Amino acid sequence: MKFKNREKEISDAHEARLESELGEVETFGGSLRRMCRENRLALVSAIIIGLFILAAVFAPLLTPYTYEEQDVLSRLAAPSWKHIFGTDEAGRDVFTRMLYGSRVSLMVGLVPTAVSMLFGAALGIIAGYVGGRTDSVIMRVADVMLAFPSMLLAMVIMYTLGEGIINIFIALALVNWASVARIVRAETLKLRETEYVESARVSGVRRGRVMLRHIFPNCIPDIIVLFTLNIPSAILSESSLSFLGIGIRPPQASWGLMVNVGRQYLYTQPWLSLIPGAAIMIIVLAFNFLGDGLRDVLDPHLKNQ
Amino acid sequence: MVQSIFKRILQTLIVLFGVALLIFLLLRIVPGNAIVTMMGEHADADTIARMTSELGLDQPIYVQFWKYISGAVRGDFGTSYAVGKSVSSLMAAAFPHTLILALAAAVFAWILGIICGVIAAVKKNGFLDHLFMGVSLIGVSLPVFMAAMVLQYLLAYKLHWFPISGVDSWKGYVLPAIALGWNSAGSIARLTRSTLLEVLQEDYIDTARAKGLRRFGVITRHALKNAMLPVITMMAVQLSSLLSGAVICETVFSVNGLGRLAVQAISGRDIPLLEGTVLFSTALVILGNLIADCLYTVLDPRIRKGA
Amino acid sequence: MENEILRIRDLHTSFFTRNGEVKAVNGVSLDVPPASVVGIVGESGCGKSMTARSIMGLVKYPGRVAGGSIELCSRELVGLSDREMCRLRGDEMSMIFQEPMTSLNPVVPVGKQVEEAVLLHRKVSRAEARSEALRMFERVGIPEPEKRLRAYPHELSGGLRQRVMIAMAMVCRPKLLIADEPTTALDVTVQAQILKLMRELRDETGMSIILISHDLGVIAELCDFVYVMYAGRIVEQAEVCELFDNPMHPYTRGLLRSVSALERGGERLDTIPGVVPNLLRLPAGCAFSLRCGECKDDCAARLPELVSVGGTHLVRCHLAGGGSDGR
Repeated sequence: MKFKNREKEISDAHEARLESELGEVETFGGSLRRMCRENRLALVSAIIIGLFILAAVFAPLLTPYTYEEQDVLSRLAAPSWKHIFGTDEAGRDVFTRMLYGSRVSLMVGLVPTAVSMLFGAALGIIAGYVGGRTDSVIMRVADVMLAFPSMLLAMVIMYTLGEGIINIFIALALVNWASVARIVRAETLKLRETEYVESARVSGVRRGRVMLRHIFPNCIPDIIVLFTLNIPSAILSESSLSFLGIGIRPPQASWGLMVNVGRQYLYTQPWLSLIPGAAIMIIVLAFNFLGDGLRDVLDPHLKNQ
Repeated sequence: MVQSIFKRILQTLIVLFGVALLIFLLLRIVPGNAIVTMMGEHADADTIARMTSELGLDQPIYVQFWKYISGAVRGDFGTSYAVGKSVSSLMAAAFPHTLILALAAAVFAWILGIICGVIAAVKKNGFLDHLFMGVSLIGVSLPVFMAAMVLQYLLAYKLHWFPISGVDSWKGYVLPAIALGWNSAGSIARLTRSTLLEVLQEDYIDTARAKGLRRFGVITRHALKNAMLPVITMMAVQLSSLLSGAVICETVFSVNGLGRLAVQAISGRDIPLLEGTVLFSTALVILGNLIADCLYTVLDPRIRKGA
Repeated sequence: MENEILRIRDLHTSFFTRNGEVKAVNGVSLDVPPASVVGIVGESGCGKSMTARSIMGLVKYPGRVAGGSIELCSRELVGLSDREMCRLRGDEMSMIFQEPMTSLNPVVPVGKQVEEAVLLHRKVSRAEARSEALRMFERVGIPEPEKRLRAYPHELSGGLRQRVMIAMAMVCRPKLLIADEPTTALDVTVQAQILKLMRELRDETGMSIILISHDLGVIAELCDFVYVMYAGRIVEQAEVCELFDNPMHPYTRGLLRSVSALERGGERLDTIPGVVPNLLRLPAGCAFSLRCGECKDDCAARLPELVSVGGTHLVRCHLAGGGSDGR
């Protein structure tokens, strides 16, 4: 009831801003700026992610070594001026491998997630809007995909496809699309009932056009938030797979792989595992905070998903 | 209500069938002959041919599929290529370990998560709130393998409180259970906190206070009953990630469970074993979800009695 | 006036926010004699609910009672510990809320919720509590009471739910019942039934009722004495007939006009222009001055006192003869 809500507002007084309630609708850029202003954690996270991206892109410039270069004489060296993070079991510079590994992690975070977002969103919108049998079929397939524990499904797909980073991308994209599809479908169902979409339909706009021009743009904020929140799980999945020996193989560098290899030397040269492990944690935390921050400004309703 | 449970069981069976189908398609359509991979490049054509027909891999796809499905329903998942024993016997030996591990992790996660979540909500914006929420965030972001390794290093190697690997005694389950449950505990704590905070804003909480109920009573007798419903849903969802994490924990701590078996199947290129473990594990998760679904229906009177 | 049920003097309840102090209740004084119905009327946000919550001690953080005194049967409530307040709540004084839809716990049977009220304050067995609840259900007119005891809130209609709320509030025979917009969320026909029920209960038990509403019709129906609130202060108070016959404050007149327009029929609805002021930025003088049609230059600068204009009728307005006398 309007009356009671108004009273509650005044009672709920850290929001005694009656005026801001009557404000205008926010633009996307405005939302972002608001997030930067209000949510320092998200801002710091964004900066950290930016730094990682820069490190990944400019890796060759930041280190004199390559990730394969072996210096057998100084295997398993402790951190020193010559090798900032020390060397691994084959004499490769750990810092260099960290930098190149960041490329892998970021790529794995961004590419398969982006693919699964688009694919999942497309299917979700189609399922939600068209309804009927198409909806049932798409949702059944999604249910089947979602029923698998993600690690097991990824393992099976990797087995089928073989090794290689492209296959990892495919595997992770396939594992993630289903949950995106579900959420976008729910959003589409809501949007389908709005007058805005109704009027488009009634004036004879073709289905495809309605989906593309009317429903999809309204899903974009949700998709962005989901994207940011799903990146950490993609990074974690890849590092877990590499950890088990099913993902990236040496001599390529991946943080998960480095943790696994470092396991054998955990008691004597703990930094071999701890440094890449810490890096994984930091980037995952950063994306989580950023995703939370984006969700708070773009669509707090997603909190319940 | 019985009708909806029936419908749900039907849907579950369809999904289960789809899962089996997908596993079959993915594994049998592997390019390259599994026999060759298994036997190495030096095997001659005759041996390959013999093994192929012995293992029934030369028969048409749908026949293979029928044998696979009918076998699975009976509990017969074929024979492991690498080990030579029946897959079901291998799984039967491994399953209890995984089950105990998963249950221990789940119990740990739920108890820790709910308690931390409740305290954080009650002491909102206080020191404990920030502490618990910070720790739970780390819990959610920490990869399972890192948690496992760190625990192994600190509590087993350095402090000798628990065995480094193996599950000869109950102590062997503790560290992997904590590593596995840590993640879930974080999610549960956060969800409990936010749900409880929402519930505490509801009107019936005011009514309860107006009756003269003390704060503790309000939380236990009114708030929690409502706040727990979404948390139970989340617990069901987490069954899946618990099994995913079990794969890693079992590897780190050398626990002979289903997860470890699956990893061995991959490195051994052992298709029946991989098929069996993945199908069985997924079936367990699906079953768990079904039970949780029914439980939720029973617990929420609004659904039970049709709002 | 010694044997009042409730005696509030100069109550201040504020919310201490980042942006400043929001004075939800700004110096309110009122009396509730025994066996009477006292109404508090005003728009949303005027502080009437906050006053009720202050009495019950249910003001939520970051709000709190900042000053003044509340005496229930000569016992001071301000400053009591939560434990002591819990003993009084539901027993000596109780409250019913506006939304019966959401005021009952959806996952607990309603009978059990009423039993709980008994068990909290009386040392009786479960079975005895249940029969008390059953008796109360019968008294408030719930049909098939045994069956309804086991029902869940979503299985009952709005009117029945409100009856359950009343049963729960009355089951320990409180001396004071505070009803915060008890009929606002109900259909008109059900409204009348509930009001009738409240009147009967008052006649039977001799308890006093504080009836909070923005609906003047409800006030007129049930109350003996009325307080009109605006922006946290009482701006007029009188016996109910006196108030309706002879409203002195421009705000009260505005309220009455907007109601009677419906009765005159066919004319434009008279509204009071403007909105409730932001409680963070009140004018130094009369809070209504910004919207008042009869406002003089002086009104915004100097706060008028509550002054008698005849018997128990008091007004806080310069135009009605508000000098510096106070009460």
